[in-house]
Amino acid sequence: MTMHTLSVLVENKPGVLARVSGLFSRRGFNIDSLAVGETENPDVSRITIVVNAESSPLEQVTKQLNKLVNVLKIVELDPQVSVARELLLVKVRADRNARGQVLETVSLFRARVVDVAPDTLTIEATGTPDKLDAMLRDLEPFGIKEMVQSGTVAIGRGSRSITVGPALRAA
Amino acid sequence: MTRPTPETLAHSARRARTVAEPTGDADQTAAPRPGAVPAAPAVRQSAPAQVSGAGSLVRSLEALGVDVVFGIPGGAILPAYDPLYDSTVRHILVRHEQGAGHAATGYAQATGRVGVCIATSGPGATNLVTPIADAYMDSVPIVAITGQVARPSIGTDAFQEADIQGITLPITKHNFLVQTAEEIPQVLAEAFHLASTGRPGPVLVDIPKDVLQAPTTFSWPPTLDLPGYRPTLHPHGKQIREAARLLAAARRPVLYVGGGVLKAGATEGLRRLAELTGIPVVTTLMALGAFPDSHRQHLGMPGMHGTVAAVYGLQKADLIVALGARFDDRVTGRLDSFAPDATVVHADIDPAEIGKNRHADVPIVGDARHVIDELLTAVATEQKAGHRTDLTDWWTQLDDLRERYPLGYEEPSDGTLAPQYVIKRLGEIAGPDAIYVAGVGQHQMWASQFISYEKPSTWLNSGGLGTMGYAVPAAMGAKVGRPDAVVWAVDGDGCFQMTNQELATCALEGIPVKIAVINNGNLGMVRQWQTLFYGERYSNTELGTHKHRIPDFVKLAEALGCVGLRCENADDVDKTIEAAMAINDAPVVVDFVVGKDAMVWPMVPAGTSNDEIMFARGVRPAFDDDEV
Repeated sequence: MTMHTLSVLVENKPGVLARVSGLFSRRGFNIDSLAVGETENPDVSRITIVVNAESSPLEQVTKQLNKLVNVLKIVELDPQVSVARELLLVKVRADRNARGQVLETVSLFRARVVDVAPDTLTIEATGTPDKLDAMLRDLEPFGIKEMVQSGTVAIGRGSRSITVGPALRAA
Repeated sequence: MTRPTPETLAHSARRARTVAEPTGDADQTAAPRPGAVPAAPAVRQSAPAQVSGAGSLVRSLEALGVDVVFGIPGGAILPAYDPLYDSTVRHILVRHEQGAGHAATGYAQATGRVGVCIATSGPGATNLVTPIADAYMDSVPIVAITGQVARPSIGTDAFQEADIQGITLPITKHNFLVQTAEEIPQVLAEAFHLASTGRPGPVLVDIPKDVLQAPTTFSWPPTLDLPGYRPTLHPHGKQIREAARLLAAARRPVLYVGGGVLKAGATEGLRRLAELTGIPVVTTLMALGAFPDSHRQHLGMPGMHGTVAAVYGLQKADLIVALGARFDDRVTGRLDSFAPDATVVHADIDPAEIGKNRHADVPIVGDARHVIDELLTAVATEQKAGHRTDLTDWWTQLDDLRERYPLGYEEPSDGTLAPQYVIKRLGEIAGPDAIYVAGVGQHQMWASQFISYEKPSTWLNSGGLGTMGYAVPAAMGAKVGRPDAVVWAVDGDGCFQMTNQELATCALEGIPVKIAVINNGNLGMVRQWQTLFYGERYSNTELGTHKHRIPDFVKLAEALGCVGLRCENADDVDKTIEAAMAINDAPVVVDFVVGKDAMVWPMVPAGTSNDEIMFARGVRPAFDDDEV
């Protein structure tokens, strides 16, 4: 099985996310990560779905997804020619003794401290899932008290862009 | 035998008068065009008018050319029933919402138009779930309109609240929760468009009560806004040429025809394609009537209870051309051993069907009518170039199988009436112009096997979902849609007890359907499996309709305002059917008391390969030794 990243452009209407995510579970797919937000066109939302699947069942679920009336376009992003990022917020134990070492890790991974307490630091980091995993491994020995992660968002490299056709713009 | 009650007759007379009055809607009174899907609503311009949301709903239905809806009122949908009272739309008050849903389906399958059902919120809406799922599996264009609790109450577990939009997400082509009264005409127009175009299917429109009550402006026609919906109708020329090339070169080709051919209205083209190529044809359960059963090139139905020739034909084919069919498990048997040597050309309007179960060597996305028309041209070109194979050997093998393993049945050894005989005679007496509507089970399979279907839209059944209880309400809907046709439901005693209350609707509304209850006193198909696979341990399959005559179907029929007849031996079959055929002013129920041990043959046991087809109990056709 391999990870696939799908960019799904949908109409920005109530209930669309439930239609999309429901279809995945109904057809026996486990969504690895999901992120949704508005696009440059306020009538259109973009859902980025990372799913672990073989190619042929993935093709079937993509076709089923395409049948949803609110789905406008689906593109599978090739990791070689796209940029994928996740956002991580992590609360790390960092008392006076450990603080210096934690801050070193933060700067090594080009992360940022967004909140300070006497015995913890809250760190914000963005990056590829691999980079964030590496940073977490480095922070693990200090003690991770809490963490929260966003789904992957991804965009193709180069000047070509994924947009919907003129039909929706006219509407 | 009872006669229709005075009330029933008075009602029929009233109805006849209503029908005789010009409705001003020629399209709706014209002869039905089976398979035809109205591309555009029956658009009538309407200047903006001040109405309620409910008024806007009813005027939208009128503008869409709806002549009949099936439903039951209740709290949340009540505002809609007020303008309906004065409308040209006929509302048929059913006895259970499931009946409304199947009636809409029967209407749609018999006429090719969109069927409409209406229910209130909560239990009214959830009672529609089974018929909606049924229509989804069989790609039937219906629109279900449900009332919802008022917007401020949504999400509060209000009285009779159910999230019907959420519940029906997986079983509708699309659904809507209407947010404002202003959008009602547009949503209705979109719902009808979605239901009837592309791969047809059910669409649900949920309307909160306060939206129905809100003042609004109605104007027609609205603009459709469906940017994500673009069904592909025209096939790709390159794929068509490739298919034609394969057709011209194949030595053991088969046309595998599914319900999509009926829905596309492509039966005439199919016949021309079959005759041009000389290729054998199999029609699935959903496609019976798409190709005449009497045609020499018709091998019959494939699948679990298909003919030996049809099953073998697909199994040994070197080329399968699937037209509007979906390689359902009931057709393929064990998928990994299905048609191992076949190259597959798969044409369907739904791209998601292509390659779903069986890899397609030549995928063709398009409407079956366009696909067949373009194939005709491409095949003719191939033939002009001298490309054509001799199919004599193939036909010799298939004809030999047809001769050695025809559809048949044994007379029961206990002297009881053979159900197959009843169904066969019914088909012969009622003829190829009647519409036959089956429930689900043994009687359904016998009706698919022993009635000869010659024309499209004469066979209605629940194929995909296998919904027991489908027949009576679907027959009601079919009769409403095609009042001039004789409509026979072939039902089982188990199925019949699920939905027979709609016969009260039929009696009161003047819908003279005919019901043949093939009463074997048991859940027959389940009993057959118990006989074959569970050591004859008949756990919970006896219904008591024989042993205790509970219920007595004749008395039940009479209680429901129908004529009740009974037939218990072969000598009476013809005259009982003829007596039922002679009654046209009331619904008729015939209780055919038949033997309980009859089984459906041939049979491919579930989960096994089609190579394992049994011609009769313990009898396997000998085709391993005449390997091609």
